Amino acid sequence: MSSQAVLEAQRESEKPFLLRYRYLILRRITQISILALYVGGNYLGWKILQGNLSTSKFLGVIPLSDPFAVLQMFLAGTVLATDVIIGALIILFVYGVLFGRAFCSWVCPVNMITDLANWIRVKTGLHKEEYRINIPRKTRYWFLALALILSPILGVPAFEFISPVSITHRGIIFGMGLGWTILLAIFLFDLFVIKNGWCGHLCPLGAFYSAVSKPVSLLRVKYDLNKCTECMECKRVCPEVQVLWMIGKENKPVLSGECTNCGRCIDVCPENALFYGLRFKKSGGDKNEG
Amino acid sequence: MSEKKTSTRRRFLVRLLQGFGISFVGGAVWSAIVHENAHDPLVLRPPGAQKEKEFLKKCIKCGLCVIACANRENIPRDRKGNKMITLKLATPGDGKPLGTPYFIPREVPCYMCEDVPCTYACPTGALSTELLKNEKGEVDVNKSRMGVAVVDYNSCIAYWGLQCDACVRNCPLIHKAIYMDIRRNRRTGKHAMLVPVVDPDYCTGCGICEHVCPTDKPAIYVLPREVALGKIGKHYVRGWMEQKENVEEKIREREKELKKWKPKSPEEYLNEEDLLNE
Repeated sequence: MSSQAVLEAQRESEKPFLLRYRYLILRRITQISILALYVGGNYLGWKILQGNLSTSKFLGVIPLSDPFAVLQMFLAGTVLATDVIIGALIILFVYGVLFGRAFCSWVCPVNMITDLANWIRVKTGLHKEEYRINIPRKTRYWFLALALILSPILGVPAFEFISPVSITHRGIIFGMGLGWTILLAIFLFDLFVIKNGWCGHLCPLGAFYSAVSKPVSLLRVKYDLNKCTECMECKRVCPEVQVLWMIGKENKPVLSGECTNCGRCIDVCPENALFYGLRFKKSGGDKNEG
Repeated sequence: MSEKKTSTRRRFLVRLLQGFGISFVGGAVWSAIVHENAHDPLVLRPPGAQKEKEFLKKCIKCGLCVIACANRENIPRDRKGNKMITLKLATPGDGKPLGTPYFIPREVPCYMCEDVPCTYACPTGALSTELLKNEKGEVDVNKSRMGVAVVDYNSCIAYWGLQCDACVRNCPLIHKAIYMDIRRNRRTGKHAMLVPVVDPDYCTGCGICEHVCPTDKPAIYVLPREVALGKIGKHYVRGWMEQKENVEEKIREREKELKKWKPKSPEEYLNEEDLLNE
């Protein structure tokens, strides 16, 4: 225990605070600014971002739509308006082609709740192996499939009627009502039941973004095996730890769509063996591969 | 070898059934929640809303209509200076389809903005200006059919013979959507009563009447048209209203229908049909 504290102190001395938390801080700033723009959009009439994460108007003209919600609408059996189709394509491009599953860690408001739960969980030792309850991480794809099956059966976008993500975001912008009970439920679930339970195991929206960003999304976390000292700090902080399977094993970038590009692994890596890069560009570790 | 193969297949099948079972349980619970939540026959929608079933398919719950309503110019304010925002998004606990826009006229009615900002704001067509077009093809907020006002004449003080015309005076379509009708006061036998009567052909369901009604619980209130209005069969023809209804066409249509008509079986024919018409 004390040796671990010594190790931690050592690491802290190696990397300055701002560098160790740069992406975490950037993420919080992004998340909160986006929320603030939306809240201002409703209460003060700011035109930068109006609406909510289901659909919004950017700068008063450019439509942005949640492609998963639009897909459900389509399956529910209605004619889609041009605005939402364009909006959904823009968002699909942003995450599917550019930033991967960054929505989950850089935009989604639930992330702050689950990160808080996770932080407390780690601090209090609730995450110990002996207390662990396991459900498969694939459960979210089952949830996703069920949403797509139920939408045509019920004739409404099925997940949109229960989505904690929309309930949270709408609640912050338009008034919460009893929506806080759902936030509390997710918080308690992640705190006491399963580590990264909602975002990492259940959320079908996250599953959707995982699926669409798997094939081409350009922004990826890259890994240089030669620099790695196998301290496993990255695995300790990663909310989707299965995507870091190559650590200490193979000189490969993180290509799983389940990686949220949160950058915590990059923050904590004392050897800078992990870094952001582009999928198709050979850089750092990739060079040594050939 | 073959034994092992069977056991793998068996295991696969059992897993499949387990998956099916859990999906069915999950799907049933999920459906029950959505089904209960998505059916509120009394919810009042903004101007230009599609029929409720289609509305629920199309509404993506973005709240742009609410923002347009809240940020319009000349929004009325209450005595404390707070904005009187008509539209709100249903939160958990409101008992309305989650995240969809609605309004409660007794709290804040729809003020019938001529430029209908809420309807124009909708990106999905759940609210559509197409549904607000008049004969000339112009968008006209008075074509809104958010609901229809209904009078409970037992609690309307005008029906007691008192003089109250608050609903009529405040109606944006005064003397059309609500008008004052003269009735004989049977109680005194001498006096006339002036009572409000709603004409559903003009009433938009904005709910200003409900908002201003002076009784403790409003004696005039807005209900969705599907709930409040009946439907006459099309075979009823009002011969005295030739201007309004094309009687001849109706009769021709009816004759066409009768030509298509074929008796089902002799028994049914004898029991159900009117023989004198033949």
